[in-house]
Amino acid sequence: MVKAQITPGAYYDSVSLMIISNAVKKLDGVTEALVGMGTDLNRELNRNNPNLNSPEVEKTTPNDFFVAANVRDEEVWKAVLAKVEEKLNEKKEDAASNYYPASLDGAIKAQPGTNMAVVSVPGKGGHAYSVAKDCLKHDINVMLFSDNVTIEEEKELKEMAVEKGLLMMGPDCGTAIVNHVPLAFANVVRPGNIGMVCASGTGTQEVSSIIDSLGGGVSQVLGTGGRDLKKDIGGLMFKHCLKALIDDPETKVIVLVSKPPYPAVQTEVLKMAKEGGKPTVVCFIGGDPKEPESMGLISAVSLEDAARKAVALSKGEKPVTFDGFDMSDAEVNKLVDDAVKNLKPTQKYMRALYTGGTICDESMKYLLSTCGHIYSNIPLQDGDKLPNKDVSKEHTALDFGDDEFTVGRPHPMIDPSLRAERVIKEANDDTCAVILVDCVIGYGSHEDPAADLSDAIKKGKEAAKKAGRDVIVVATVCGTEGDPQGLSKTRDTLKEAGAIVMPTNAQACRLVKKIIDKLK
Amino acid sequence: MAGKLNELFKKKIQIVNFGIQSFYNDNKKQNIPSVHVDWKPVAGGNQELANLLDDLL
Repeated sequence: MVKAQITPGAYYDSVSLMIISNAVKKLDGVTEALVGMGTDLNRELNRNNPNLNSPEVEKTTPNDFFVAANVRDEEVWKAVLAKVEEKLNEKKEDAASNYYPASLDGAIKAQPGTNMAVVSVPGKGGHAYSVAKDCLKHDINVMLFSDNVTIEEEKELKEMAVEKGLLMMGPDCGTAIVNHVPLAFANVVRPGNIGMVCASGTGTQEVSSIIDSLGGGVSQVLGTGGRDLKKDIGGLMFKHCLKALIDDPETKVIVLVSKPPYPAVQTEVLKMAKEGGKPTVVCFIGGDPKEPESMGLISAVSLEDAARKAVALSKGEKPVTFDGFDMSDAEVNKLVDDAVKNLKPTQKYMRALYTGGTICDESMKYLLSTCGHIYSNIPLQDGDKLPNKDVSKEHTALDFGDDEFTVGRPHPMIDPSLRAERVIKEANDDTCAVILVDCVIGYGSHEDPAADLSDAIKKGKEAAKKAGRDVIVVATVCGTEGDPQGLSKTRDTLKEAGAIVMPTNAQACRLVKKIIDKLK
Repeated sequence: MAGKLNELFKKKIQIVNFGIQSFYNDNKKQNIPSVHVDWKPVAGGNQELANLLDDLL
């Protein structure tokens, strides 16, 4: 039976409500549940779900809070409402012990020195744009996490910020570390003399975390959002941030991270870096190294290589390209031989299941030549778009943080359950030889992402064993020892579950490449 | 105006958070000065009404 309860005039943020939805779904006797505001998206999720399709929810407005569930009986429905009440009460108790002003003006009165806004309100309908603009008007720097901000809105906000000498990081900016303060999804990286400007989220986390593990540190890590280096925005914020790092006395080495920019924008950025005179490592993932090298800048072949070169330069050493393993060749070969020995002849394919978009992209670029085709929701080649995101085909790589997977769900770095389910599903496929996964820790991420993932790895391996075969799981953890979840602890949890844990994403990809080559 | 960013680099970061509350909670755990705004969509998410209000204000 489908039940619904509507409460007009209440508002809760979407991530909190999605987490409550998941808690309700886990109750015994609940087939489906949706807890949310009556937005277009939520009404559509209700309408398109044959297990819900509640007519009451269909009539809601964005100002109505609703609980809808398909439940076994009235008792279960009571339990659903009690669970929602319990979760909302946790929020209310928190609100009662903290003062939450209703507006920016109220926030400035409460904290007069406010100089940074983190904005993650809905982008659709101009909400994020309005909040960001209001902050810039008040001379407050902005990190805009929201997506669905139009290119026109982005350009206007960035022009305003550059004019006023402010940061306008984003939209769709997930990571920054300003004055050693991690913002949104960021790691606890030790202070140092490496400054970064990045148009990528997990790419930034991977480079900054490896810098930390190599004994280096960062001065500033500034994000711009993925569209900044495209033709329409023209690198407005990237150049603004680069200039600030060039002028920053604490920054001795600069790292630039992005997917390959629009060519004319790339030339402008590289010229600025060259004229800045500081050693600069360029990691335009999958891009042509010729132009940066012709200007005397240092190209990196991977995110790990960028971190290694930056740390070498920061210590006054010569940067050397790293394209190998921390282990010896003999150790790597033994690892591969041991891994493949219990596979069946049908097991030939890789399934890369990522929560981080940039590191997923890096993996596909690394493995494409070996695999020929990598089917994906973010394919590298025309024709490699996965027809159904829920069904893998041959070699497949999925970015669970992409829009197709996040409609009505929190980002997989906040809620890793969907990716964990997919690990089990792939392990049950007798054509799958190796599952490649990331595990991103740090602030912003789930408090223990390795728990769900290790449980799925164990279940997947057990299922394969029952079917008389093995399945290889190669994992990489993006994070630092200083992160609340802990790098070593996270790695150990995954190792105990049976995963081969590699030190970086690049090395995980190289190992998978060797495994696939071995199976050919 | 990039010079103004270099002034920011010398200051203590004080944050105002709009939206996902866990970002604010993470700031508090690290003792970073932060205020969370109890943000609601203007006009309760009614875009036509919000546009009308914007025109009036």
